[in-house]
Amino acid sequence: MSRKVLLIEDEPNIAEAIRFLLTREGWHVETHAEGSDAIEVIQGANPDLVILDVMLPGKSGMEILRNLRQLEGMQHLPVLMLTARGQSRDREMAENAGVSRFMTKPFSNAEVLTAVRDLHAQATRS
Amino acid sequence: MRDTLTGSRIRERRQISGLRQAELARQVGISASYLNLIEHNRRRIGGKLLVDIANALSVEPSLLTQGIEATLISALREAAADAVGQQAEVDALEEFAGRFPGWAGVLAQMHRRVVSLERTVETLSDRLTHDPHLAASMHEVLSTAAAIRSTAAILADTQEIEPEWRDRFHRNLHQDAERLADSSKSLVAYLDDSEAADDRRGVPSEDAEAFFQANSHHFPQIEAGGSSADIDLSAIESAAARTVTKGYLDTYATDVRAMPLDDVQKALTEAEPDPLALAARFSVDIPTVLRRLATLPERYLGRPTGLVVCDASGSILFSKSVPGFAMPRFGEACPFWPVFQALNRPLVPIRKRVVQLGRTAAEFDCYAYAWPQAVSGYDDAPAYHSVMLVRAVEEGAPSAQSVTRVGPSCRVCPNDACASRREPSILSEGF
Repeated sequence: MSRKVLLIEDEPNIAEAIRFLLTREGWHVETHAEGSDAIEVIQGANPDLVILDVMLPGKSGMEILRNLRQLEGMQHLPVLMLTARGQSRDREMAENAGVSRFMTKPFSNAEVLTAVRDLHAQATRS
Repeated sequence: MRDTLTGSRIRERRQISGLRQAELARQVGISASYLNLIEHNRRRIGGKLLVDIANALSVEPSLLTQGIEATLISALREAAADAVGQQAEVDALEEFAGRFPGWAGVLAQMHRRVVSLERTVETLSDRLTHDPHLAASMHEVLSTAAAIRSTAAILADTQEIEPEWRDRFHRNLHQDAERLADSSKSLVAYLDDSEAADDRRGVPSEDAEAFFQANSHHFPQIEAGGSSADIDLSAIESAAARTVTKGYLDTYATDVRAMPLDDVQKALTEAEPDPLALAARFSVDIPTVLRRLATLPERYLGRPTGLVVCDASGSILFSKSVPGFAMPRFGEACPFWPVFQALNRPLVPIRKRVVQLGRTAAEFDCYAYAWPQAVSGYDDAPAYHSVMLVRAVEEGAPSAQSVTRVGPSCRVCPNDACASRREPSILSEGF
């Protein structure tokens, strides 16, 4: 059964590049570009891993993550957060919201792939 | 600094030393009543007696004759309080400033510079955090860079890539390169090219005050009938500071036209410089008189004169310092200053004799007045400004019946019992 990643990113060319990379790694990639209904989309997709941008139209990634962690069964869903804001307070805010891994733009493809592999391996072990 | 307060300083040092007047008089071989006259600045003192008194008080004679600039003491105290990992000998501060006035001045200047730079850093940091345009621009640039980096790496690293994907990524790269060029140009223009960016970097009112200070608050070209346009502002770096300075100069020019120098000089030779009388004589409002008196060369009034202008938020818009009267810059002044008290009673001229706690015993006559600014439409609530003229009290002048004791700022004010205290004093004991 294919592993599924939900990529919530409003930048289409970033989404396209990540989709290409992860598809080649054997992931089934679904994409979404809106923040306002992201929680419902995550619940509906039931992914193995979420890649979440911070600055999204409608609702910020931080808020989505905080709301997500309140939901039953979503406390341990691996979430890789992508952001252009890499200041320590942003990182701290993401950690407080329950992020699994925090990555600042512009990231390298290798970093994304390593993070996805690591997060999935951790989730599978636990 | 003029030697008018030697007696006050002797009294102050004697009280600090815990000596009674009679005791000090006995030690130096004069009568207590004579020492009393000296301490109230009613007898001049010098020579051997001054040296004897200085020895009895364990201070340098120059400390008694020249005193120490109160603002310098205030700045040094604050520098000591702000020092990290260093315990300054605050109780020897006056001795330090008296013996090494040059070094003390350098230290105070450095501290003021640090405070100013910290404020600039705070402003810039705040800007990066809260400026929505800057945040959006940075996000745009970094997101586009991320897309380019990722896409280019795919094209470079993938051995076999389907033509359809390759074409799509080439197209994406071209789009993102165009976007990055546009967003970078826009960001650079915003940061470096716009005057708006420049406006936020410095502290314009400080630069404007420094410009006035460098010109001794007096501009002969404007006194001769010129305008602000005749003043060369090219030495002021930021556009914001130039704008603020030009505004001050325009007010100065208006005041000059209302009260020409020759007429003011004539009025001052005929009577004491009473602001109310001058306002009536020149048919001008009180703020004009107070500002005009503060900008006259010192020889016209015979003693140092300072000025403070603030708005109703308490922010000091402009200040001209006067020796012995410390004027904190950033919203941390004592609320009992008449300039702030005047805001409670707009349009009522206030005159108070004040002495600053924790400093020399020097007294100052303060004239303050708060008045509404112009409104732009009906039913608009006016914003109020307040102005205060500060004049050192003349040597030998009779003591006022009532002297208001004010602080410089809470940090260096010894009045622990003050109900308006905002933060604990750094003074461990009364000064």
